[in-house]
Amino acid sequence: MLKYTVKRVLLAVVTVFIISAITFFAMNAIPGGPFAKEKAPDPAVQAALEARFNLDKPVHQQFFIYLRNLLHGDFGVSLKTGRDISQIISEKFAVSAKLGGMAALWAVVLGLILGSVAALCRNRWPDRLIIFLTTLFVSVPSFILATILLLVFALTLKWVGVFDANNPNYVLPVISLMLYPMSYITRLTKSSMLDVLGQDYIRTARAKGVRDSLVIFKHALRNALIPVITYVGPMVAYILTGSMVVETVFTIGGLGTEFVRSINNQDYPLIMATTIFLAVLMVIATLLSDLVYKLVDPRITFD
Amino acid sequence: MTYNADKLPKKNLLSLQIDVSKFEKASDAEKAQHETMRESTTFFRDGMRKLRRNPLAMISLVVLICLVLTIVIVPMFYPYSYEQMITVNGKRDKTAKNLAPFTYSKNEQKAIDEGQKIFPHIFGTDELCRDYFIRVLYGARVSLAVGLFASLIVLVIGLLYGSISGYFGGKVDMVMMRIVDIIYSLPDTLMVVLLSVVMNQVLGNALKGSIVSKIGPNMISLFVVFGVLYWVGMARLVRGQILSIKNNEYVLAARAMGAKPGRIIRKHILPNCMSVIIISVALQIPSAIFTESFLSFIGLGVQAPMPSLGSLANAARGGMQSYPYKMVFPAVIICLIVLSFNLLGDGLRDAFDPKLRR
Repeated sequence: MLKYTVKRVLLAVVTVFIISAITFFAMNAIPGGPFAKEKAPDPAVQAALEARFNLDKPVHQQFFIYLRNLLHGDFGVSLKTGRDISQIISEKFAVSAKLGGMAALWAVVLGLILGSVAALCRNRWPDRLIIFLTTLFVSVPSFILATILLLVFALTLKWVGVFDANNPNYVLPVISLMLYPMSYITRLTKSSMLDVLGQDYIRTARAKGVRDSLVIFKHALRNALIPVITYVGPMVAYILTGSMVVETVFTIGGLGTEFVRSINNQDYPLIMATTIFLAVLMVIATLLSDLVYKLVDPRITFD
Repeated sequence: MTYNADKLPKKNLLSLQIDVSKFEKASDAEKAQHETMRESTTFFRDGMRKLRRNPLAMISLVVLICLVLTIVIVPMFYPYSYEQMITVNGKRDKTAKNLAPFTYSKNEQKAIDEGQKIFPHIFGTDELCRDYFIRVLYGARVSLAVGLFASLIVLVIGLLYGSISGYFGGKVDMVMMRIVDIIYSLPDTLMVVLLSVVMNQVLGNALKGSIVSKIGPNMISLFVVFGVLYWVGMARLVRGQILSIKNNEYVLAARAMGAKPGRIIRKHILPNCMSVIIISVALQIPSAIFTESFLSFIGLGVQAPMPSLGSLANAARGGMQSYPYKMVFPAVIICLIVLSFNLLGDGLRDAFDPKLRR
């Protein structure tokens, strides 16, 4: 277990390093520096500016300076607003984390319930209905789903208000963000539940006369949960990228909106910082889900 | 020489002497028993039979075929073009803005009253007075082409890489798989966005005037990203398949009987992993279409005036309340395509995946 943990952590560190390198060098490949203006300023001013931001040094040195700054939590400044990026990220991420956290929670809870129901009612109408709906939900791009929900429930039926920063109502954004992972978890739970229900120890438990609810919750569901854990990493990645779409549609001022805006504004330091920040979150989520997966089921061994 | 059982002496019950009657020539009736009553079915035919019994998968297949036929044939004789304004009597018709489905603009109405025949706008028109039906058709064309082409790239790279890694094994395999591990752990959507941003800037000028400039640097970067990042899943799948099949008893048996490696790969390894590969390609297409529509949404999609379903739906978000149909048509078609591929992929898996076969 220790060897595996060390190996996974090392892989994660290498991944983060590679992501930062790709991001940095990709952004550097874009022609034109940040101070390349149409009207060239005084060469002395230009040189002073470049020296201030270390742009006069060779690229690889700039990269290590950038990495060192990253490790100190210094992401640089936004080109558009001149604000400190670490400040922007910490401020905006609070909103995104709230939205994403709620979506993840609901996705897991509802996915587990629906998946178990589908497995227990196999080939009867609840199963058919659940599988039909989940197949439908994974076939709709999130921005279309979000727009349709917004149009139908907020603008036409007026059941919920349009998102307002002072009086936030997260119902529609959370629904549009959670439907895809929920459907995935439902299908995952169903298949692993069916697998578990066919095992010998379930038959043994039933034969001993254990109550049905106890068999399902204690024996079956706990084991059926294990494959779902592996999905947590990809789910975090989905929710973080999905929140770009959902936040933009519902005009929630979170990190996702900020990222989309920075792309449209070509605000390269902000794109870079947000990419690295989100990527590190995703890598950590995958790492944790892999480690927990190994921890909860001692039967699983990796070479 | 004819043989007569009566002439033979009676055999002792414990005698080990051969019973000659057992070596008689087979009669016609007995020969008929050995004729194959039913043709033996191959893996492929058996799978197809199962697939044909799956109504959802068959409906999806029919839907996809109809859709492909429509988007290939209809634009050939459709009177409007996807990039030009509607013209009446050779003049640009500026009144044909944001028409509802099956309605005519003022100028067109006048022309109809004068006795001209004008083809109806089945899906209406957009804000630049272009026929929306043909734009949706072209959008579906672009989206499908992106999906197919991206999956093809993934297939080729993944198949080559995975089979080399799986076939050679040992150190080669280890090094190749560590590379895959690292690429696999990169967050793909983020990298797609990042590389699209960069390549947009880098390729934008380089491509001007060439044939590929029509699809725009964004699509090229999408393909490049698929070629760089998404093949790892396929490579892992192929390697795993080859590793597990390589160690099967029937491969050992074939090898023991002196089959050459080429024959083993063709007859034993490829047919057994082909099904899994086809299924994963079928499921890759919707994911590529999704990625494309996501990129369109954040403003990194195909080059205007070329439409894709994602960019059409995204452009329609602005006037959602006034012109909901502009959102509905591309949205429904994206969902139809993705749903069909998903259902077909599931059906193929049920029919062809050896692990699920009973």
